[in-house]
Amino acid sequence: MTHFTNKPKDSEISLTACHDCDLLFPMPHLQKGEKALCPRCGALVLERKSCSLDYPLALALTSLVLFIIANVNTLMKMNVGGRSESETIISGVNELYAQGYWEIAALVFIVSILAPLLKILCVFYVLMPLKFNIRLRYAKQAFRFYEILHPWAMTEVYMLGILVAIVKLADLATINTGIALYAFAALIPFMAATDSTLDDHEIWERLEPSD
Amino acid sequence: MKNHPIIAARSGYLLCHTCHLLSRVETNSPHPCCPRCNSRLHSRKTDSLARTWALTLTAYILYIPANLLPIMTVIMSGRGEPDTIFSGVKSLVLGGMWPLALLIFFASITVPVLKLLALTYLLLSVQFKSHWRPRERTILYRITECVGRWSMIDIFVIAILVALVKLGALATIEAGAGAVAFGGVVVITMFAAMNFDPRLIWDAMENDHD
Repeated sequence: MTHFTNKPKDSEISLTACHDCDLLFPMPHLQKGEKALCPRCGALVLERKSCSLDYPLALALTSLVLFIIANVNTLMKMNVGGRSESETIISGVNELYAQGYWEIAALVFIVSILAPLLKILCVFYVLMPLKFNIRLRYAKQAFRFYEILHPWAMTEVYMLGILVAIVKLADLATINTGIALYAFAALIPFMAATDSTLDDHEIWERLEPSD
Repeated sequence: MKNHPIIAARSGYLLCHTCHLLSRVETNSPHPCCPRCNSRLHSRKTDSLARTWALTLTAYILYIPANLLPIMTVIMSGRGEPDTIFSGVKSLVLGGMWPLALLIFFASITVPVLKLLALTYLLLSVQFKSHWRPRERTILYRITECVGRWSMIDIFVIAILVALVKLGALATIEAGAGAVAFGGVVVITMFAAMNFDPRLIWDAMENDHD
């Protein structure tokens, strides 16, 4: 099945290629919930998700609410000898900038705030019009951008950073956790679920007719 | 006799890397675009080897100041105590925080070193047209691509500590130049992995059939 003896024509059979090893093979006809692996290198070539587009949309909405809560409230408070210092996600960026390390400030801002927010907003921009059958301009560009952003949204790595910081300081001071910490912790599974319920193949197919 | 696998690039097909649509190259235009999402189509990533080499070597060079310079300085009652990545792990071990020490050791030392070595190995194996275990090398590439982000933990810990520990004369924490270099290593190795084209691993296998 994986090897052809003569060159197939477009009209006869629908083909696809593996993005990791460039093997050409017939596009398997998948039922919902099935996935296709490359017969040569084992890469995940195609996956049909079992749920409708309502799922990622609902999950993205939840993520957006949690994201806002996580960013406007305090992550934690440190108390030492009557003095207390509170921390939000953006205050770390501010302090790094104030100390003259704008490079790390920009990096932390992009991967912990900007990229996750843009990712959630891109899901809205692409899925809302599909749900209500409206055509929005730049929907394809938005979905391309969503896929580019993927490796740069490091919400879960930041969460681990928060935990490490808490453990490091636990001996020296009292740490009070804030509501933003819980919102941030909840944001991670919701964002992951948005990604994993989103059927990119279906979305590209439905975006196709426009412009 | 072995069956020859059919390769998209040789059969006049290009796969879009953004939307995964396979299209036939009809025109002789030098810059074909995907008919669906309008991304540029390439049969292989542009200058993949040169770019990946350049970024990997840059990361090696940056890795030196990242380890020698302090990533942060804890100033307690006027006395500064600079911490490098390694001394940070060492003080966690001395403080008895073993799990934390292992986590930071893994994220800040093991992952970047292994990532640089894996990239170098993949580049060399493609350069010398190695035929050895292409499938495993492709898997190595996939791991390299997705594990790099975890090295950012140390940078985030610094961002949180500098904002939290601002107790004036009692204790403050300042970031250090090593953190800039280390952040650079993480970002540059991520770009290096994105620029590497795993299909080059398989191209070496193809040329043998001729």
